[in-house]
Amino acid sequence: MTAKHKWIQLAVLAAIVLILPIFFPSGYYYRVGALIFINALSVVGLVILIGYAGQISLGHAGFAGIGAYSCALAPVHLGLPPALSILLGAGISAGLAVLIGRPILRLKGYYLGVATLGFGILVSMVLANERGLTGGPDGISVQSLGLRKALREMGLRLSGGEFWYIFNAIVLLIGIWIALNLYQSATGRAMRALHGSETAAQTVGIDVARYKLQAFVISAVYASVGGSLLALQNGFITPDVAGFMHSVEMVTMAVLGGVGSVLGATFGAAILTLLPQVLTVFHDYEHLVLGLVMILVMIFLPLGLLPSLAARIRWRGV
Amino acid sequence: MDALMQFVYSGLTVGAVYALVALGFTIIYNASDVVNFAQGEFVMLGGMITVFAFDAGLPLPLAALMAIVATAAIGVALNKFAIEPARGAPVVSLIIITIGASILIRGTAQVIFDKQLHRLPAFSGDDPIHLLGATILPQSLWVIGGAFAIFIGLWLFFTRTLLGKAVLATANNRLAAQLVGINTGFVMTLSFALSAAIGALAGVLVTPVTLVSYDVGVGLALKGFAAAMLGGMGNPKGALVGGLLLGLFEALTAGYISSQYKEAVAFVVILAVLFVMPQGLFGQKTTERV
Repeated sequence: MTAKHKWIQLAVLAAIVLILPIFFPSGYYYRVGALIFINALSVVGLVILIGYAGQISLGHAGFAGIGAYSCALAPVHLGLPPALSILLGAGISAGLAVLIGRPILRLKGYYLGVATLGFGILVSMVLANERGLTGGPDGISVQSLGLRKALREMGLRLSGGEFWYIFNAIVLLIGIWIALNLYQSATGRAMRALHGSETAAQTVGIDVARYKLQAFVISAVYASVGGSLLALQNGFITPDVAGFMHSVEMVTMAVLGGVGSVLGATFGAAILTLLPQVLTVFHDYEHLVLGLVMILVMIFLPLGLLPSLAARIRWRGV
Repeated sequence: MDALMQFVYSGLTVGAVYALVALGFTIIYNASDVVNFAQGEFVMLGGMITVFAFDAGLPLPLAALMAIVATAAIGVALNKFAIEPARGAPVVSLIIITIGASILIRGTAQVIFDKQLHRLPAFSGDDPIHLLGATILPQSLWVIGGAFAIFIGLWLFFTRTLLGKAVLATANNRLAAQLVGINTGFVMTLSFALSAAIGALAGVLVTPVTLVSYDVGVGLALKGFAAAMLGGMGNPKGALVGGLLLGLFEALTAGYISSQYKEAVAFVVILAVLFVMPQGLFGQKTTERV
């Protein structure tokens, strides 16, 4: 991937973001779009962890939960403005990721998967059990970001859907820009080297533990910001945001689109976010289809949808 | 003292179920190096199918047998259609495949059966038995006894039968097993059938105590995994001891610390075990040579 590629990818995404609304028949589609961008942001974080550094996490929703509840709680209890609460959540997530990352990342494969899974479930359990603080399983309301109001005072009137569509798209594009830069940087190269072979990476002098931890912390911050945006957009949050199913969805989105590619992961996030919207008609079949998609993609398109399609097109010489 | 015994009984009962789930993990892990996250779904299927067959008028033993056979068939199908085609895939892919399978089975069960909680009648009445100053339900004895019976049965199978030894040989070294003429593909199929059947049996035994619904599998799979890791992944004896210990930890936490956080015990145990002794209680220390 060259520097030119980076700008092409960003331009393609920005173009899609700008052009799509032409086809939106109603305001509801802005909401779905905004949700896709939030999920894509978390998934881009996972691409750094899984795709670059080759480490799995089945507990990333835990960080999303921390980000979400920071936005719900910090304005009330600490008097922080919601925008700063996003940063606070990101800070707490990063700190926690450093703390648990050190011991956890020594583990490999299944053990790492289950340890991270345990972390995620502990977070969602605390959120569900500490009723006094978090409102328990019923959830808690979140103050508004206030930015839309400020814009209105400046004379720019946006509907809630439109505002979040634009705002989340900007955050996502920044996130993708950072991820693409990281990919090319020395740090990114070191991460990818340890993905290939930890032993080989070590022999050429790469501090394997340090780069694993960096990937874990960065991806935790992505998930945390994603959780914060979700909380602010919905104005309400429940412990489900930190739940096991949310973690699994994130990993599936990443793998579905193609965990080696930022663009692919965004694509995967779009598909899996749209699926339940389309499937509301067959609400009962939602899980059945999700499970089937996970299995079929892993067996038949192990690289993920986008890279597999790209490889096929290239192979045909188009 | 009475309270303690009461906690011990309830801990041993759920612990026996965790042990059976852990045993299922162990069998598949040994044969194929795959951790099957759908293991909890086998327990759910065992309970659900029995409930519905029983309600349809089948006698309980027949309903249970049907559930076990059907679940074993689903286990075999899982191996054939999801695990085998992905042979050689990275661990991340296998994790996603088995989690996908667990979601698929759960989603299907929700469509075919329903979302309600179901129970079975206890096998031998509901009159509590007084034992050492506390009471225990006869069904708990069924669960604990069942776990031990299965454990002994498996031990005999692995040590006394040629087929069992073939499974062990495959677990030890797939290529070497193939060289001496063991059909490793069949061993894999057998392992999935066996672990699904054990899971289903656990479901049948425990449904009168804890009830069953389409979504109990996730929790059971995670606790079974915690138990397997506590005992030492891949070790049947470890699975049994790990399961019982985990059940006891959980019951004692619920009794003396917080019933809200009893569910957290399994995960704290997972994390603690992984940090302190990743090889588990009975696991072997292996050094990887590179």
